[in-house]
Amino acid sequence: MDSGSDRVGAREEEAGADSVAPPRAGPSMFFRQEGAKAASIAVVSSIVVFGGAIALVASSPNWPKVRDQFFNPENFRESAPKIIEGFWLNLELFFYAMLIIPVVALLVAIMRSLRGPAFFPLRFLARLYTDVFRGIPLILLILLLGFGVPALDLPGIPNSVTFWGLAALTISYSAYTAEIYRSGIDAVPESQRSSALAIGLTQWQSMRYAILPQAVRNVVPALMNTVVSLQKDVALISILGIREAVRNAQIYTAGTYNYTSYVVATLLFLAISIPLTRFVDWYTARDRAQRSQGQM
Amino acid sequence: MIMSNENTPKLALENVHQSYGENQVLKGIDLEVNEHEVVCMIGSSGCGKSTLLRCVDLLTPIDSGVIRFDGVDVTAKGTDASAVRRRIGIVFQSFNLFPHMTLLDNVTLGSRKALGIPRAEAEEQGTELLDQFGLGDQIDTYPNRVSGGQKQRAAIARALMGNPEILLLDEVTSALDPELVGDVLAVIRDLADRGLTMVLATHEMGFARDAANRVCFLHEGTVLEEGTPEELLGSPQELRTQRFLARVKQAGRL
Repeated sequence: MDSGSDRVGAREEEAGADSVAPPRAGPSMFFRQEGAKAASIAVVSSIVVFGGAIALVASSPNWPKVRDQFFNPENFRESAPKIIEGFWLNLELFFYAMLIIPVVALLVAIMRSLRGPAFFPLRFLARLYTDVFRGIPLILLILLLGFGVPALDLPGIPNSVTFWGLAALTISYSAYTAEIYRSGIDAVPESQRSSALAIGLTQWQSMRYAILPQAVRNVVPALMNTVVSLQKDVALISILGIREAVRNAQIYTAGTYNYTSYVVATLLFLAISIPLTRFVDWYTARDRAQRSQGQM
Repeated sequence: MIMSNENTPKLALENVHQSYGENQVLKGIDLEVNEHEVVCMIGSSGCGKSTLLRCVDLLTPIDSGVIRFDGVDVTAKGTDASAVRRRIGIVFQSFNLFPHMTLLDNVTLGSRKALGIPRAEAEEQGTELLDQFGLGDQIDTYPNRVSGGQKQRAAIARALMGNPEILLLDEVTSALDPELVGDVLAVIRDLADRGLTMVLATHEMGFARDAANRVCFLHEGTVLEEGTPEELLGSPQELRTQRFLARVKQAGRL
């Protein structure tokens, strides 16, 4: 620890000496050296903080117990194949949900945004849909549809539990996503609608060509955040007994009383969600930069 | 299409009332505009000029009264509003170009989607129009990248696509820097010279005096006084009109 802080001091002196030496270097030189100094401070302080934390945990008398419960290499190897196999189902369902949700949600949002008395029934239905399905806890909806509908055994209706689990997920997420779209539609100034109508477009054409492109662009970051949370919520269908990643991890734990399998599942979900989150942040920052430069 | 005979005005408003909730904006407007006529509406902010233009383009529904276009009541139930709007062009104070489209796409969108004209043909017309308005080298530029005057000229080009029978202009120079006003007024004057029927809401008294056939003074939702520019701007009869013009003179805009 002491040697760490000594090194920081040494760098500071070095940087100070350099920035004085070439007087004609100007501000850009100065800033670059400031940046290099900041980076080295960050590296050193990270080593100190994280190294210290790891040392503290590993030296604790309870660490071996924790390690055996959660990070046992043998259990890891043993449980991983089944969980990874299950995780493919998670990804498959995630993929289908991502295809369906944007379409359903957009239709609902458009229905809610139509003007005029003739469209009242559509507006009413759209509003009922968002109110009801945003109001039901997702887990309850999954139980209701996933167990309830197949139990009815109705002719002509799929009775796969997985199908109805996916349906519940899609219905609930579409309601939320519809509201995101709608907030984007509402954020487009009324004057845009006026000028679209004024050049002779119908209400639908105004929506399609003038309003929606701007609305969707407004809400892309919010939509991408929904994707991140959808990816995790797919795991909720494990309560239907569907053998996806979490369910398979649970089965392993039930037989061994060891929780390493949950850590395996956790790592799999993080492997998808962290890159997704980074991508959303990168995209949002880029979008903001472009807007501030006035490009569309 | 109904042929207009000599006696039928291009546009006629009869006792038009309009309100936003409790707020009565138009309180019985009577106005006739003949073909090839340029009518300027003047009056202080909130007198109903903009609302009147929006009502004529069927963008704001009226409470009572009749608006006739070529003698046909376009406020009647069952009117195809889009079809009426295609025959009318309107330009707004704040341009209202579509920010996600190039100037050329802005100008051609209506022709392509509402009239179903093929893209190539629409773009040929659109390019020609933009070129006429000095925007020939900006056709692929997005609205955020051009000046206010260029935006407004593009907006006028957009309104002129599809050859409207009447052009409505709602304080089209009010949002512009003073040095950009001239270009836009020159474009409008040229359109007037070519015989396009126009109704303008404007604060440009100089323009009204030089280019209008008739000037209307609107006050609290009615047409209080109308006449030739010489009559109305030179020797107004109504006290309200005199006061309004005196204030405009004080501000150095006449």
